[in-house]
Amino acid sequence: MGEIKLMKGNEVLAEAAIRCGCDGYFGYPITPQSEVMETLMVREPWKETGMVVLQAESEVASINMVYGAAATGKKVMTSSSSPGISLMAEGISYLAGAELPCLLVNVQRGGPGLGTIQPSQADYFQAVKGGGHGDYKLIVLAPSSVQEMNDFVDLGFELAFKYRNPAMILADGAIGQMMEKVELADYKPRWTKEEVAEKNGDWATTGKPASRKKNVITSLEMASNDMEVRNINLQAKYRKMEEEDVRYEAIQCDDAEFILVAFGTAARVCQKAVEVAREKGLKVGLLRPVTLFPFPKKIIKELARKTAGFLSVEMSAGQMVEDIKLAVYDAGSNARVDHFGRMGGIIPTPTEVVEALEDKFSWELSYGVKRSY
Amino acid sequence: MTEEMIIAGFGGQGVLSMGKILAYSGIMEDKEVTWFPSYGPEMRGGTANVTVIVSDTRISSPVLQEYDTAIILNQQSMDKFEKAVKPGGVLLYDPNGIVHPPTRTDINIFRVEATKASVEMGNPKVFNMIVFGSYLKVRPILSPDNVEKGLAKSLPERYHKLIPLNLEAMQKGREIVEEVHVV
Repeated sequence: MGEIKLMKGNEVLAEAAIRCGCDGYFGYPITPQSEVMETLMVREPWKETGMVVLQAESEVASINMVYGAAATGKKVMTSSSSPGISLMAEGISYLAGAELPCLLVNVQRGGPGLGTIQPSQADYFQAVKGGGHGDYKLIVLAPSSVQEMNDFVDLGFELAFKYRNPAMILADGAIGQMMEKVELADYKPRWTKEEVAEKNGDWATTGKPASRKKNVITSLEMASNDMEVRNINLQAKYRKMEEEDVRYEAIQCDDAEFILVAFGTAARVCQKAVEVAREKGLKVGLLRPVTLFPFPKKIIKELARKTAGFLSVEMSAGQMVEDIKLAVYDAGSNARVDHFGRMGGIIPTPTEVVEALEDKFSWELSYGVKRSY
Repeated sequence: MTEEMIIAGFGGQGVLSMGKILAYSGIMEDKEVTWFPSYGPEMRGGTANVTVIVSDTRISSPVLQEYDTAIILNQQSMDKFEKAVKPGGVLLYDPNGIVHPPTRTDINIFRVEATKASVEMGNPKVFNMIVFGSYLKVRPILSPDNVEKGLAKSLPERYHKLIPLNLEAMQKGREIVEEVHVV
């Protein structure tokens, strides 16, 4: 068993980066994730593993440093919070277009605009549907505990390199600021020069010997036909992610007549809401998407055939609810899909969630559950 | 066993560190723990609070609206959290600066003059440990051995010489806590 510690989500993110052999972190401070760089600066990993930690002059600079460093085939990352991620959006699109692996972390706060420093999940669309321009996707992981903040650093890098694609940890201020018991991973050494070449094949700019052609890292393709081929290849990669790397957790869904769908902090609240609802005799389960892209469509389709309704519980005005609706529509089911959310940095309480469920599904509850088909 | 509690007072009273020592003590006893602080505008304006949950089983929501125990260290927090104690739960407070003492009759109320005692001990910084000692007397959810280990874990090594002083403050808290109302 690894070392057990009591740490904040933000602190553990920094610790996990050092331990998984990360080569470089480039960032700019913003609440509620400033402890990431603070922890790195205190730990001074450059003395221990040689990892570079650099405070850039802005978010725009840091994402472009990530672009440059990722082009060398090394494990590099950045972290920020909502307004900072917006500033990085152009760079993220370029990273996806140039097919560069890297880890991005968004410890979300309430928006829009400068918003608030309190936790929010209103960047779901930005993370999952784009944010930057063009037809691209990020691999999006949604931790709901400090332990998962730790685990998803290594997993994020693994998936980023598997697909040559940026991966994002989409957390929120609550997960970042909360302390929990965490089992830290053992140290993995940083990749050697040979390992970088071996892990990445021949695309990275690792120094050109006379024996091969030069590697060019770019997202620019002037000929439309070539650009379309690039897009077709990207789409094939995204379909492969949907086939191979969907992750979710289903809690008490087997006999559930109503299913709460929630990720991150909202999923923790919903876990308690399931307990409260079950005490009242309501058959409620929780589906917690762990990957937001690729989205767990298949399990939602399966559940849609035996459940009366889904309630998407989000700390936003309702974003993931659209993806649930699409999956239920695909299943040809008449299960009803509704949304309950709090905005502006407010975390819903378990009682509020149960009340929302009773309110929005009052017809089904009064007249007996209408089984979907 | 699940203890859902809030510790609320002014920034600088040691609210967050008391919660951290409790959480570490829980880990020493092989429990699941969460520690969720206020980190927003309220903290920047002076008041601070932390929700701590210690449980034998996986902890669901880190955010609560009702608590088994509330430790209340200023009037603003009393106004906000007296009503949030579950019926039959525990409210522990320091009367220093409290204008309106708690009035509920369906909860257990305890009082500790920790501000006064810390001044008498010649070290106002041990205030939070006096309160923590009182809490453990009233709610003995963790063994004293594990609390001592938790204290050592949560203090950087350069402060380990202060452990005896902290234990002394906790003992003081155990001795001076008073029962105000018991259900």
